[in-house]
Amino acid sequence: MARIIVVTSGKGGVGKTTTSAAIAMGLAKRGHKTAVIDFDVGLRNLDLIMGCERRVVYDFINVINGEASLNQALIKDKNCPQLHILAASQTRDKDALSQEGVGKVLEDLSKDFKYIVCDSPAGIERGAHLAMYFADDAFVVTNPEVSSVRDSDRMLGILSSKSRRAEENKEPIKEYLLLTRYSPERVKLGEMLSVDDVQEILSLHLLGVIPESKSVLNASNSGMPVILDEKSDAGQAYADIVARYLGENKPHRFIEDKKGFFGKLFGGK
Amino acid sequence: MSKDAQKTPYSPPALEFKSSTFSVPVLVISSNDLIIIQQQLEAKIKLAPEFFKNSPLVLDVQELNKQNIEADVVAILEVVRKLGLLPIGIRGGNPEQNEKALGLGIPLHSIHTSTTTVDAKKTATPTPEPETKDLLQTGTTLITQPIRSGQRIYAAGDLIIVSQVSAGTEILAEGNIHVYGTLRGRALAGVQGNTEARIFCSDLQAELISIAGNYKISEDLNQEVRGKLIQIYLENRALVIKEI
Ligand SMILES: Nc1ncnc2c1ncn2[C@@H]1O[C@H](COP(=O)(O)OP(=O)(O)O)[C@@H](O)[C@H]1O
Ligand SMILES: [Mg+2]
Repeated sequence: MARIIVVTSGKGGVGKTTTSAAIAMGLAKRGHKTAVIDFDVGLRNLDLIMGCERRVVYDFINVINGEASLNQALIKDKNCPQLHILAASQTRDKDALSQEGVGKVLEDLSKDFKYIVCDSPAGIERGAHLAMYFADDAFVVTNPEVSSVRDSDRMLGILSSKSRRAEENKEPIKEYLLLTRYSPERVKLGEMLSVDDVQEILSLHLLGVIPESKSVLNASNSGMPVILDEKSDAGQAYADIVARYLGENKPHRFIEDKKGFFGKLFGGK
Repeated sequence: MSKDAQKTPYSPPALEFKSSTFSVPVLVISSNDLIIIQQQLEAKIKLAPEFFKNSPLVLDVQELNKQNIEADVVAILEVVRKLGLLPIGIRGGNPEQNEKALGLGIPLHSIHTSTTTVDAKKTATPTPEPETKDLLQTGTTLITQPIRSGQRIYAAGDLIIVSQVSAGTEILAEGNIHVYGTLRGRALAGVQGNTEARIFCSDLQAELISIAGNYKISEDLNQEVRGKLIQIYLENRALVIKEI
């Protein structure tokens, strides 16, 4: 059985697609067979970030409608054979996603894959709901600003009550906080919320902090998930996140230039 | 192998009763003119169509009966249904109305449950309520998960929350409210007029606090009580916030 991860936020432009691409690649590079699905029907861009936009023949909705098999639609990543991409349709209507159809695709993928990463669209409409409905884990992507934190809070409320796990009275979805586009300088200037501000409001397990970084733009321009840029701060931050998700103990980084600060915050010695 | 399920001694239970508290809008009717009811209800629904679509609803005819206005509950229920709402109860009806409601399979509710007016704009995108546990049948509602932005909780008795209450939430109780965590939302105790109701919390950063309609907004709250165990009660119709 695969573990289904939804990358969600409520708000757009916070880094969900960047994160989905990076962690899917990170999990695959560690040898886990991973599929990443773009739920953003009508606005597909996961394939651009993954650099496979010229190889899309069939998409997610073709599979749901039975117009193509999963094998036909899954695109094998050019850098990592363990990673497969299921692109969104640019031309279809959002309503083409049905709960039944999505459930069937995830069930079929589960037989073959270890992790399934669902890149959620923004908002709390149908696509976002379906992306989270079947999830086992939720990566809640949040920027250090009040409106983004509030949206994530709202999303967490929906996650805890409108998922398959909630409806079937199963163990709830595991929720993790990913704080992205973090800039310690701007926090110092009081222009952004700090890690502990956000933690205090959301009280959620922090999986990692991704710094605001030029490497993200460079990576998306070259169609390579930023985690492959091992020298970059954002790439390393995502690699840490994958490691922590898999149970490794990695100290948090990129929160401040000075070390020791974080230990003080989280009770470390 | 036994074919008779009843004789199988170890068959796992196929069902279980659980008690939950839900907040359901109550439609208080004060006219028996079906056309006016329909027009005004339509106008309200237009304010928040998503909220009202297939929303459960309790019909309250107490006002009508107080003023001895004859009303055909069957016709009113029909109007309500026609506009896409799903009546799940009636209250304040006379025996004849109650019988008619029951005849339609609509349960009767007693009058002392809830009557806060639902602010359609605020609840326009309602977030589903977290599951609540009613400990002693309308006695105490216990919630152990965080209340997240957009959620609204109504308790007919006391409300105990053993977690945080986020900004952008509303928690209401006819009795006392206890929050063992940070309270950032709106907390309203004694919403049916109980002036003895109190609010207890371990970190007060609320947007609004109210007891029996006497309220304070966050601007008026003293920052010094933050992070301290406090109680809030009414004294001569004024809210008192005190450290415990
Ligand atoms: N850590 C980061 N540093 C700098 N820019 C980032 C970072 N994360 C995301 N971005 C940029 O923010 C924009 C939105 O990112 P994207 O992943 O598409 O968000 P979403 O999927 O949530 O809409 C993109 O232009 C992306 O390059
Ligand atoms: Mg996106």
